[in-house]
Amino acid sequence: MTIDNSSRALSDVGSDPATSLTLADGLRDAATEAGRHLRIMPRNPEVLGFVVIQPVMFVLLFSVVFGGAIEVPGFADYDQFLMPGIFAQTVVFGSSFTAVGLAEDLSKGLIDRLRSLPIARSAVLVGRTFSDLVRNVLTFVVMLAVAFVLGFRFEGSIAGAIGGSLLMLAFSYSFSWIQAWIGLSVGSVEAANAASFTWMFPLTFVSSAFVDPSTMPGWLQPVAKHNPFTRLTNAARALYNGLDPSPDLWWALGWTGLITVIFATMAIRRFSQVSK
Amino acid sequence: MYAVRASGLVKTYDQTRALDGLDLEVPTGTVLGLLGPNGAGKTTAVRILTTLLRPDSGSAEVAGHDVVTQAQAVRSRIGLTGQYAAVEERLSGRENLELVGSFFRLDRPKRSARANQLLQRFDLVESADRIAKTYSGGMRRRLDIAMSLVARPSVLFLDEPTTGLDPRSRLGMWQVIEELSSDGTTVVLTTQYLEEADRLADSVVVIDRGAKIAEGTVDQLKDRIGGDKIRVSIFDPSNLASAREALGPLVTGPIELESGSTTTLLAPIKAGGGVVPQAIRALDDCGADVRDVEVRRPTLDDVFLSLTGHRAEADTHNSSETS
Ligand SMILES: Nc1ncnc2c1ncn2[C@@H]1O[C@H](COP(=O)(O)OP(=O)(O)OP(=O)(O)O)[C@@H](O)[C@H]1O
Ligand SMILES: [Mg+2]
Repeated sequence: MTIDNSSRALSDVGSDPATSLTLADGLRDAATEAGRHLRIMPRNPEVLGFVVIQPVMFVLLFSVVFGGAIEVPGFADYDQFLMPGIFAQTVVFGSSFTAVGLAEDLSKGLIDRLRSLPIARSAVLVGRTFSDLVRNVLTFVVMLAVAFVLGFRFEGSIAGAIGGSLLMLAFSYSFSWIQAWIGLSVGSVEAANAASFTWMFPLTFVSSAFVDPSTMPGWLQPVAKHNPFTRLTNAARALYNGLDPSPDLWWALGWTGLITVIFATMAIRRFSQVSK
Repeated sequence: MYAVRASGLVKTYDQTRALDGLDLEVPTGTVLGLLGPNGAGKTTAVRILTTLLRPDSGSAEVAGHDVVTQAQAVRSRIGLTGQYAAVEERLSGRENLELVGSFFRLDRPKRSARANQLLQRFDLVESADRIAKTYSGGMRRRLDIAMSLVARPSVLFLDEPTTGLDPRSRLGMWQVIEELSSDGTTVVLTTQYLEEADRLADSVVVIDRGAKIAEGTVDQLKDRIGGDKIRVSIFDPSNLASAREALGPLVTGPIELESGSTTTLLAPIKAGGGVVPQAIRALDDCGADVRDVEVRRPTLDDVFLSLTGHRAEADTHNSSETS
């Protein structure tokens, strides 16, 4: 048996990437990379446990512990107010997987290997963020099921229920790009763990996710009100409960687009320079 | 025709000049050994030539394309096996190979055929469907190099391919490299072992602190530092003079007393064998009690000592030089 490296005609390779890297090639590369992660996911029971157990725990804890104590004007039942906030927080937290996963690939030299292949520059990150979105969808479905068991209901239209859910997933997808940039910038898996999570606590708690911001100290109220995460929660909450989501919906969509564009640009640029 | 041409490569990290004006030329189809101690700049050079790193200044062409402005063209023609095995641990060996095949846009039958071929050649068939996390270091290294061969690269970069391998695996790796070379693949390999370069490389470049300090064939290098030496230890220092006399006809240069010893002699000999039994016989005949006779082949350290006057130091920072 020989290695047979002699017939190195590129005719053997689908196309010569040197001259023709089409959008279709790029999408195919991204799909290959996403496929790698999706194939690995079920082989990683700890991560899968985290994807399922942590959200279930959050839904139960907040609903059971705070459910009786907190009243929000305009909502008969705290769960109706709370659940969209927990959903939003959990999927946004889920974006941290992007940072940690990339930092891991970087430290193992896999990013070097991928960067030495003739693939589209953005393919690795698009594939990674897409597979993280798929995992977030899984988390979302589990949470929704638990919330339903606890008595949560969509009070608005079906379109509102779907729209609110897609909005949260889209927003968390934009956060995956922030996390991609973090994961490629911090230099170690441990650092990525800390750097991906820490700032999301104030972001999600100083918001309308768990309480009405008008109950917060005066100086904090404007921060909470203009927090992009508040916009997201308000919009999703309104859509779920059959209320008017504007103007929060437009703000939330705007933030989603803006964050994606800015951080995708930064992350992709970082990717093409990064070294182990 | 040159498969690799680099001129004036400079790369600086903070205060470390990792590369300080490196020039390289590798004729197509040959094997270049890039020799240097820890921190010499070998990995930095490989990273620039494989498009992973941009040089601060200088330029390089690999397989006829510029590594900065035509990076994709370069990437489609090279294979890279980095200093540390880069395999996806949670995929099987086969899946790893097919993954690379997919990235090269091979269709399913082609990538599966190529994966099978490489699994067989690299002796990984039995563990092909086990996840790579369960592989030994040597198996990982073999999978790693197999992954860099999926698309039949015309130029292959190997960064210390045998560091950390046991002697048997090292021999296997050498055979692979020889086979690739006889297939016509151009190989650039970095190593800290003169012996490895001797066995594999058509020519070598020795670098220190990011710059070339010698180049040529390994034989030329060895000649410059005196080649193989015989080292003779006897029990009784009073026999030294007769031992010198007995060795005289067998050696090719002056016989020296090893520094710090009163009973050990060192002398250059012609490469090629047969000297040790002759020496033992001659020493016996003159009545010197022999403790030990051995042939010392020159190491990278000897090359360094003779080229630079200093020993190869680990992680030399030329910037931290004071005095
Ligand atoms: N990312 C980096 N940041 C800072 N310094 C670096 C970086 N990479 C390399 N260096 C420095 O550049 C010099 C050359 O490093 P390089 O890795 O190229 O050496 P090498 O010859 O491959 O060494 P080794 O045999 O240990 O692998 C070293 O002094 C090293 O410390
Ligand atoms: Mg190195």
